[in-house]
Amino acid sequence: MTAVRDEGGATAVAAQEESWRGVAAEDVEDVDRATGAKLQARSRRLLAELLRPHTRAAVLALVIVVVENLVTLAGPLLIAAAIDTGVPAALDGRPDALAWCVGGYAAVALAATVLRWSFVRLTGRIGQDVLLVLRERIFRHAQRLSISFHEKYTSGKVISRATSDVDALQDLLEEGLDGFFTSLLSLLGISVVLLWLDAPLALVVLSGFVPLVLLTRWFQRRSGAAYRGTRGAIARIIVQFVETMNGIRAVQAFRRERRNRAIMAELNGRFRDANTDAMGVMAAYTSSVRVIGNVSLAVILAWGAFRVAGGQLELGVLAAFTLYVRRFYDPFDQLAMFTNAYASATAALEKISGLLEEEPTVREPEDPTPLGDVRGAVRFEGVEFRYAPGSPLVLPRFDLTVPAGQTVALVGATGAGKSTLAKLVARFYDPSGGAVLLDGVDLRSVADAELRRAVVMVTQENFLFDGSVLDNIALGRPSATREEVEAAARAVGADGFVRALPEGYDTDVRKRGGRLSAGQRQVVAFARAFLADPAVLVLDEATSSLDVPTERLVQDALETVLADRTAFIIAHRLSTVLIADRVLVLDDGRVVEDGTPEELIGGEGRFAALHAAWRDSLV
Amino acid sequence: MSQESTSTAATLRRLWPYLKPVRTPIALSMVATLLAMLCGLGIPLITQRVVDGPIAGRDLAALPPLIGLVVLLGCAEAALFYARRKLIARPASDVEARMRAELYHHLQDLQVSFHDRWQSGQLLSRATSDLTQVRRFVGFSLVFLVVNTLVMATGLGVLFWLSPAMGAVALACTLPLLALSYLFETKFKVVARRAQDQAGDLTTVVEESVLGIRVLKAFGRGPHLTGRFLRQARELRSSEIAKVKVFAALWAVLIVLPELGIAGQLAFGAVGIADGTLTVGTLVAAVTVSAYLRWPIDSIGWLLAETNSTASAVERYFEVVDAPVEITGPERPGSLPEPVRGHVRFEGVHFAHPGSAHEVLRGVDLEVRPGETVALVGATGSGKTTVTALVPRLADVTRGRVTIDGVDVRDLELGRLREVVGTAFEEPILFSASVTENVALGVDGVDEARVREALRVARAEEFVDALPWGLDTRIGEQGLSLSGGQRQRLALARAVVGRPAVLVLDDPLSALDVHTEAEVEAALRRVLKGVTALVVAHRPSTVQLADRVAVLVDGRIAAVGTHTQLLAEDEVYRHLLATLDEEVAA
Repeated sequence: MTAVRDEGGATAVAAQEESWRGVAAEDVEDVDRATGAKLQARSRRLLAELLRPHTRAAVLALVIVVVENLVTLAGPLLIAAAIDTGVPAALDGRPDALAWCVGGYAAVALAATVLRWSFVRLTGRIGQDVLLVLRERIFRHAQRLSISFHEKYTSGKVISRATSDVDALQDLLEEGLDGFFTSLLSLLGISVVLLWLDAPLALVVLSGFVPLVLLTRWFQRRSGAAYRGTRGAIARIIVQFVETMNGIRAVQAFRRERRNRAIMAELNGRFRDANTDAMGVMAAYTSSVRVIGNVSLAVILAWGAFRVAGGQLELGVLAAFTLYVRRFYDPFDQLAMFTNAYASATAALEKISGLLEEEPTVREPEDPTPLGDVRGAVRFEGVEFRYAPGSPLVLPRFDLTVPAGQTVALVGATGAGKSTLAKLVARFYDPSGGAVLLDGVDLRSVADAELRRAVVMVTQENFLFDGSVLDNIALGRPSATREEVEAAARAVGADGFVRALPEGYDTDVRKRGGRLSAGQRQVVAFARAFLADPAVLVLDEATSSLDVPTERLVQDALETVLADRTAFIIAHRLSTVLIADRVLVLDDGRVVEDGTPEELIGGEGRFAALHAAWRDSLV
Repeated sequence: MSQESTSTAATLRRLWPYLKPVRTPIALSMVATLLAMLCGLGIPLITQRVVDGPIAGRDLAALPPLIGLVVLLGCAEAALFYARRKLIARPASDVEARMRAELYHHLQDLQVSFHDRWQSGQLLSRATSDLTQVRRFVGFSLVFLVVNTLVMATGLGVLFWLSPAMGAVALACTLPLLALSYLFETKFKVVARRAQDQAGDLTTVVEESVLGIRVLKAFGRGPHLTGRFLRQARELRSSEIAKVKVFAALWAVLIVLPELGIAGQLAFGAVGIADGTLTVGTLVAAVTVSAYLRWPIDSIGWLLAETNSTASAVERYFEVVDAPVEITGPERPGSLPEPVRGHVRFEGVHFAHPGSAHEVLRGVDLEVRPGETVALVGATGSGKTTVTALVPRLADVTRGRVTIDGVDVRDLELGRLREVVGTAFEEPILFSASVTENVALGVDGVDEARVREALRVARAEEFVDALPWGLDTRIGEQGLSLSGGQRQRLALARAVVGRPAVLVLDDPLSALDVHTEAEVEAALRRVLKGVTALVVAHRPSTVQLADRVAVLVDGRIAAVGTHTQLLAEDEVYRHLLATLDEEVAA
């Protein structure tokens, strides 16, 4: 049972020192400093990993920015030259110099423009490539993760990892990099120029760095916390949103709207506060930087004046200083924007890297054993199962051999372990002890693609994907021809109603198959399984929504289809159970009865009693 | 989904109702920005004076007041900087939150048929990334769009005042901006819109990949869907890169224009000086002003980009918010007699799905008398679920009417109607919340005792108590960690917890196993006593709970009678209900 207490239970879930690993730290609002540092280091690692393949392109971008900045520096010089020498010369009847200056200025402007243009395109491409790789990694990883993970981690969270968290990184790549490069460059350049002009005054300017560094560290910490807040809040909004829209029927029928409004208002409010907070931190930071910049300008002026008066400093140098100091602090705004985008992206990457760090409990083998032609013999060898180490046993140690071609029905009350046993066969879970073998090969050493060709499970959640009926059936075997798909549909009795749809097999099933009734969806899911044609078929309450005529069709089809293949059936209709070759009655995780239906009915066990009660109910 | 796209300005005007309540702080923030710019402009001027005056003249006594002024202006600039961001922070977040709340409320009110048509990822991307775009616009771009335009206009004015010729040159270089913004509208906005739509589609695939994870795992089709995801992600990437290309080209033009303007001014200026119509001082001033205008003009590039992205985000937003809520309560609701007797009648009911000519129901007449249980039987896809949806108005009839105690359900206040009618769906929809919350859902003032009672009726109390935290256990999204039978029992408990007069149950026993079916059947019998109920049934055991059975064939009620009557007389019914069970048992 993967259950979580509704409030406050999460704290008890993980051991303290491991609480930041994987996705565990996600719901924690205020992480302590050490954990925060670890999380940030983790997301920095991911960022570095993502950027590494683009090192060359990034260096190229940096070079472009450097050249661009140098070229732009020439502009003011040309203007000065034009006014100081060009215009007087032109007045003397020698317009050449002026023409050169004006032409040169235009050329410099064009060059700077072309450089900027290529920089924007280059970094845009890098950014998009990084995002594509990240999206792919998240998607693939979420697909790799085991069912047990997805049962705990709601879909809305995965969605927010793959969407809004990725968007946060996009912002950083689109706007941050430019600002970062440019501001860093001019900081560096101006520092050098200042030191070259006059070291003592330059040291005054650079001593402004001390409060600046402290301030920046404060800002990083605060904005890190603020953005951790926004990422958490938006994820909750997404979860709430997704659940509401997926359950809209229940929401409306049970007047959940008002309660939902209250919940959304609360979540929305938290997100708003987190955003306001983040913007407030930014406001405090940028304005403090301004103060430092302006104050150091005043200091330079005052001290510079004394030194000029004392003859230790040229007037021109001081003039240049004042101009440069102003330009020195301008990039800090851009730097602040970068830090901001970076904080937001880091907070997002914290969550993404957490998801990526989760290891699937059901793992793909590194060196898979090929199955060859699958016969379908299934053996449980000393298998036991519990959901997590330390939790109670769901299935105590047992052995079971199912020869190839046998149809086994699993019978037992809710919670007896039928589904768990079925899921072990389909390798949704791995046993905690022992092994499940298919044709003598441990399922854990079979490549997933091969295993899924051999074993298919149909559950009662017959999820339909966006697309046509044809697409949805063909999911069982994407290589199937249209004829094969239609044949599969005919076999399970879906052909009739599918043809009656407006566009037959090409009809769009609409969201979650909303166009079809529950029974029809189930038949489509069945057709899917028949098309897949596996050696081992696992049916977990797969016929619950069918009406009697359809069920009869499915049952007929089942009898033909199951004739030569191994099958595990969990059904709540005894009629379905009776087509099995063998019945296993489970109680509290143990097989308490095992035999052909006839044997068991003839005996005095639970199944006989059940059968008798059922017969009585029919009269 | 994409409609005839309207102009950016017209689309953005629709933001006004949301901006209006926060117009004062927005305006103040603009003022602060302007003043900060002025301070920023003032500081170098004073610096100039310090250098040229006291320092050059070695007159240190005059220094302190000027330095004081620099510090003062510097602090004022910083304070205004702070004010600019601080003032706008809350309003911008407010606008976003309010728009999101409105979208969410509207979606909750929109009829089920709307939700069937719209991909959930498209809805979600509107609620998240599109609204984030709006917040950024309000919090940043809007202020600068206004302020920078003002600065540009002022700058141009100053240039004209300095020298009409200089002004004309600058204006000539500014005019292409108009053409540029038109290009932005036609080119950039189209790509921006495409990228936003593709992001929505991508969200849909992500959502399906997670919700359908069991099917994907069971068939090993993860790679298949991954292929689709990658294709779409690549498409999104190309759109984003196309966006960057358009943007880069436009930005390049924006950078080069003011520079060419300055070059032009130099050339014209020289001519002017030669003519004697212009002084060198004026030329220097003009070039300085033009240089100062460079940033505002440069910034127009990304401001236009942001504005256009915002416009298409707003457009996408209103596509949903403008969708009419077709199922609403009447202005003057009718009232039901007290106590509600629960007399349900279908009178000549027709139903066709929106946008489809095919009628699912073609004249259903059916009466469920107070306290009576009627089972509805029909082939898969015959429209039974549709019939049940009409009572709580999850869908509306296209013709005819459904009444409760003689009042058309469309004349009742929606909340009241859904209070009177309790529903259980075939596929129980559970939320990631506690058991209590899932059972009570929207019913007000439900205490634990009521929930327990409902659970007991649905035979769910025992397994709920066995959960780790009992009633407080958070059951996973869609209740995935519960078995089908357990989920169905919770859905049943939910249907009865509000003590409705009318119960509409869509095959409430389908997922129960043989062990619990009998138990829940017994429970249902208790529930149905004294309540009017319409129960969709697939099997005899459920039918036997009913007083009468109605057979739905070809969108009409073909026969009504008791189970035994119909078995004896009705061919269709025999075909539908003569079960395998009976065949096997026979």
